[in-house]
Amino acid sequence: MSEITGNEIIHQYLRHNKKFPHVLCAGCGHGIVLGTLIRSIHTLGIPKDDVVIVAGIGCSGRLAVYVDFNTVHTTHGRALTFATGIKMASPRLNVICIMGDGDALSIGGNHLIHAARRNIGVTALILNNNIYGMTGGQSSPATPEGATTMTNPYGQLDASFDTVALARGAGANYVARGTVFHVKRLEGIMEEAISRPGFSVVEAITPCHTQYGRKNRYKTPVDMYKWLKKAAVPIERFEEMTEEQRRDRLPIGVFVAEDRPGFEERYLALQAQMRAKGGK
Amino acid sequence: MARPRKRKEIFALGNEAVVEGALLAGCSFYGGYPITPSSEIMEIMAARLPLIKDGVFIQLEDEIASMGAIIGASLAGRKVLTATSGPGFSLMQENLGYAIMAETPMVLVNVMRGGPSTGLPTSPAQGDVQQARWGTHGDHPIIVLSASNVQECLDMTITAFNMAEKYRTPVILLLDEVTAHTREKIAIPNQGEFEVFSRTVPSMPPEWYKPYEETVRGVPPMPPLGSGYRFHVTGLTHDRNGFPTQRPEEIVELMERIHRKIDQFFYDIQLVDTIDTADADVVVIAYGSVARSAELAVRQARENGVRAGLLKLKTLFPYPRRQTEKVLAHARTLVVPEMNMGQMSREVKRVNMGRASVRTINRIDGQIVTPSEILKVIMQG
Ligand SMILES: Cc1ncc(C[n+]2csc(CCOP(=O)(O)OP(=O)(O)O)c2C)c(N)n1
Ligand code: SF4
Repeated sequence: MSEITGNEIIHQYLRHNKKFPHVLCAGCGHGIVLGTLIRSIHTLGIPKDDVVIVAGIGCSGRLAVYVDFNTVHTTHGRALTFATGIKMASPRLNVICIMGDGDALSIGGNHLIHAARRNIGVTALILNNNIYGMTGGQSSPATPEGATTMTNPYGQLDASFDTVALARGAGANYVARGTVFHVKRLEGIMEEAISRPGFSVVEAITPCHTQYGRKNRYKTPVDMYKWLKKAAVPIERFEEMTEEQRRDRLPIGVFVAEDRPGFEERYLALQAQMRAKGGK
Repeated sequence: MARPRKRKEIFALGNEAVVEGALLAGCSFYGGYPITPSSEIMEIMAARLPLIKDGVFIQLEDEIASMGAIIGASLAGRKVLTATSGPGFSLMQENLGYAIMAETPMVLVNVMRGGPSTGLPTSPAQGDVQQARWGTHGDHPIIVLSASNVQECLDMTITAFNMAEKYRTPVILLLDEVTAHTREKIAIPNQGEFEVFSRTVPSMPPEWYKPYEETVRGVPPMPPLGSGYRFHVTGLTHDRNGFPTQRPEEIVELMERIHRKIDQFFYDIQLVDTIDTADADVVVIAYGSVARSAELAVRQARENGVRAGLLKLKTLFPYPRRQTEKVLAHARTLVVPEMNMGQMSREVKRVNMGRASVRTINRIDGQIVTPSEILKVIMQG
């Protein structure tokens, strides 16, 4: 067993009273995303007590168990609704939502749209592994067309959701995409997402070799990370590419970065105005 | 000596009285989605809460979101309310189970309408009694209250908040359309004239705190999110630290505690009103607006020489067993009128165990149960 020295940043944030091991498969990208999240909170210098991690249900949802913040593991697809209540009740808290692609885009799709429309001051971190991991590899709204899963053994017919386009269309303040292969860049994105007012959406592409890769030509974790390395291109480069070059490529980077006030700020301003006018 | 302040009297709808009661109890957060016949609760909250210090009103995208938001706000330390009706109540069930499992105080008002499905939106019904008891999945305790007139809407809302906070649990207030939409004169109690209970917060250092620890009352203290007590909240079956567990002894410990914390306080929780039950041969057991019809029927029966009485249920669940046992000591007949096909008479029969004869009166046509209907059955003995 390797020695835990406590020098790593992560050791300041893991829960030592939680019985390990964790539930993730070796090689899963979810742990890398959690690492970037912790390091970005650390860099921003936010005290643990001021952070609330709200998670949905799925492999991604389990991440909340291991970290020493205020953590709320909710129902499948509903993390953003809990987060909205927490943020409105305590606007000073940094509320970060961890969701899977099934969680955020399928069962929770409506909440994602409305959180963006409201521009609630919450950071939505969507761990997109193109599949339902925890339930054994059924297709998700992010499964690419033609891919094979447990529930479309003959190939996915539906088109895959573009999280970035969806979040931007619905009115999110900040929208970005990164991958677990490009860790440093993902960390930077996460820092910015947490610092911005209003609703931020970060899509982190994270491989699930166990449920997705093995059925779609990526047998090992290494195959999956190689794919990420090849497929992802910065949005600036992507925009200069031809239609032909863009095929099977994934633009990453920051797509929307505004500073509109969050719903909670607008509510508090309205409340102050109404109370000045003659409330109690 | 200061003269006691006179109570302010207002002319209010049942739904309006719910809002008054909630605000008196310290509610500062409403999240909801409109649906008839509960919408006035939401509309009045929308006008009132932004005028109150720290008052938050938010209209969510649906009932599932409403429940999520109020659970989140409750975890952050607020006293929270939502209101709905049948179909919305069905949507709330998954997160209702979450609130029970994560021991989150909240009050949910369901102004019942005829069902199943979108059913009868504006007609009185009492069709959600068993949904309130068993709507969410799994074995679980629940507190369900009711009110039969506008004053009671106010009083029982305060009671609902107090129980939610005291027992760290969701409390459901089941109203029917008649009660919710009746306008009557009510008295608003002054602060200090009624009990206001708020959840116990931990006083030990954060390192010692175990969020789901066994306590004398079975109710662990609950700090607001962000106050220095960092712990994990989950709908999964969890150990004393709040972490998911599959160990049989930990599962049983949690399940037994959440049942016991409610079951053992039946004197506090199981509320009834009685009228002339002490010597009654025939006892009507009713709740909601039907209890008002029953009250008149019982008085008329007495005038006609029948020893009739009324056991009015203000708590529907846990079912007031002791109080029913008491009337069963002498009652030959129990009459259970309700606006459904027999959802509460099942409970009565369960407790009765064949001792008295149980007569049911069931209206499922969107009409109220009239005093004369009940009187007729009482007079048959
Ligand atoms: C209401 C409800 N429906 C279905 C499920 C079963 N379920 C658990 S996790 C999951 C999907 C998980 O996939 P995703 O959100 O993509 O996260 P991942 O496991 O891939 O990280 C589903 C469907 C559930 N828990 N609750
Ligand atoms: S099933 Fe997939 S998403 Fe879940 S832990 Fe394993 S690799 Fe990760």
